[in-house]
Amino acid sequence: MGNWIKKGTPYLILAALSLPLLLLYAWLFIGAFSPRTHGLIPEGFTLSNWSFLFTPWGNRPSIWVAALNSTLLAGGYTVILLLISSTAAYALSRLSFRGRRFFMMLVLVLHAFPSITLLIAIFYVLRALRLYDTLIGVALVKTALELPLGVWVMKGFFDNVSWDIEMAALIDGCSRLQAWRRVMIPMVRPGIAALAVFAFVLGWNEFLLPYIYMPSARNWTLSVFIRSVTAGGAGEILFVNYGVIAAAGLFYVLPVLLFFLFTQRYLLQIYAGGVKG
Amino acid sequence: MRQVERELEVAKRGRGFSLPLLRIRPGVSKQGVAALLFLSPAALIVLLFFVAPVLLTFWISMTNMSVATLGRTEIIGFSNYLRILRSPYTSRILQNTLLYVSATLTFNVGMGLILALLTTHIEERVGVLFRALWLLPRVTPSVVYALLWTWATAPAPFGTLNQVLGPLGLPSRNWLTTQPWGVIILANGFVGASLGMIIFTSAIKAIPPDYIMAAQVDGATTWQIIRRIILPLIRWPIMFVTAYQTLSLLASFEYILLLTEGGPGFYRTEVWALYAYHQALSNYFGNVQFGFGAALAAVLVAIGVVASVIYLRVFRFQEMMSEPKIEGV
Repeated sequence: MGNWIKKGTPYLILAALSLPLLLLYAWLFIGAFSPRTHGLIPEGFTLSNWSFLFTPWGNRPSIWVAALNSTLLAGGYTVILLLISSTAAYALSRLSFRGRRFFMMLVLVLHAFPSITLLIAIFYVLRALRLYDTLIGVALVKTALELPLGVWVMKGFFDNVSWDIEMAALIDGCSRLQAWRRVMIPMVRPGIAALAVFAFVLGWNEFLLPYIYMPSARNWTLSVFIRSVTAGGAGEILFVNYGVIAAAGLFYVLPVLLFFLFTQRYLLQIYAGGVKG
Repeated sequence: MRQVERELEVAKRGRGFSLPLLRIRPGVSKQGVAALLFLSPAALIVLLFFVAPVLLTFWISMTNMSVATLGRTEIIGFSNYLRILRSPYTSRILQNTLLYVSATLTFNVGMGLILALLTTHIEERVGVLFRALWLLPRVTPSVVYALLWTWATAPAPFGTLNQVLGPLGLPSRNWLTTQPWGVIILANGFVGASLGMIIFTSAIKAIPPDYIMAAQVDGATTWQIIRRIILPLIRWPIMFVTAYQTLSLLASFEYILLLTEGGPGFYRTEVWALYAYHQALSNYFGNVQFGFGAALAAVLVAIGVVASVIYLRVFRFQEMMSEPKIEGV
């Protein structure tokens, strides 16, 4: 009996600590399919909350446009990030050149630096580059913010590739670029997959950058779209149909949740590796 | 001489050697050209979105740039900084920031540690499950996550929190307007705890099991094992997470913006970073003051630069300085 209590206690504490999380997310699923909820208790079942999928919601653009924008932003920035961080990481991992030390320090300093403080100035950079209110502009800013992490993670993967293979390619007459493209990139495929999953989720979730840097309705991502519905905040909660908002929220978060179920391993790799002390 | 050559050969084949001998650096080498090629895209991005913005922040902070003065911006030196010092709101914002950072940090590190200790103590399969659950807020879009909290803390009969507390005799209330700080800190904390959890978990797993078994044989209690063995062995990861999150929290405002917009009422939950954002990019009264906002941001930028350089010295200096295993092809 005493042993049983001793074994069970950690489980009980964990369950109690995690209960708020479960309750939070439970509402999303319950609320999305009922006309109204009292706490977590639904008042019947309905699919009418999901009508926004087919009919416009006020004077907002179609939610499918927002979904497309989110996909383009997340996908575009992921591709740019992978390209830029895997080239830079290769140089830092494999080449000896003047300034290498400096670049390594730069990557690490930028990794710790809270880049969100630069929001105001980046506004002007985007204006100057004529990239304000464009998807590509926001994708570039997002790339920049995640670049230090990307370079650091990819460098870790390159460091672990045996030198013999690359040496053989170089001796056979490959240039550095060919060696990178044909030999090294295939060797670090798991690293690229992990970084891609991580980056895509971040891009899909991103709120502040599209909210600030591409305000036009045609550019709205799902995050900005949903913000436009919930912006009333706590004060107006009673005047808005929260069943519809729950449905929209679920529509937005569901791809991430499914993705998360299957790719958790990759995400953990980045979280643990990218910031290891 | 032969000996040296052989050593060079061995070193060239890698395997953990990093001989200072090998640093051959003729002017601009072939590798230098390759490095330039490989690094230039990243360098360009860093130049455009880190270096230029840092300089711009300081430059704008020295001007009176605002909606009212657009087109005839003048350099006004440190006036914006003086305005920060003299402003009656500054002390309020500072207090808010201090409360937000310290309370959230305490929750993050404490909860992260508790979760790591518990999930490594129990059956691994269940532990993985709990860790995945705690990662959920981190992968949930911030707008949806804030929505979940807004709903959970809504007044009766809608909010889950009131429904749970009702039977205990607590009167219903809109928690987000009556206890905004409590909600903000918890909402942030449930996201933030997972970073500590992940890092502490891998640190705890790296402790040789012999240490703990030996202590158990000697009759140590679980508490003694945690206190005397585990905590001292993971003190570097704890320091790292604390340092890293202090800086991130200081600059963060996304969840506050989504939950309360700095309210309710006048600057009730406005922190420094949110204040800068409001002044420069999204003023309620439409009177956007880039110069003043930039000065507020510049303070954070300066803290960020100094702190991240210090962190680099403290946490990574040795590790990062190792040269590539092989050079000079």
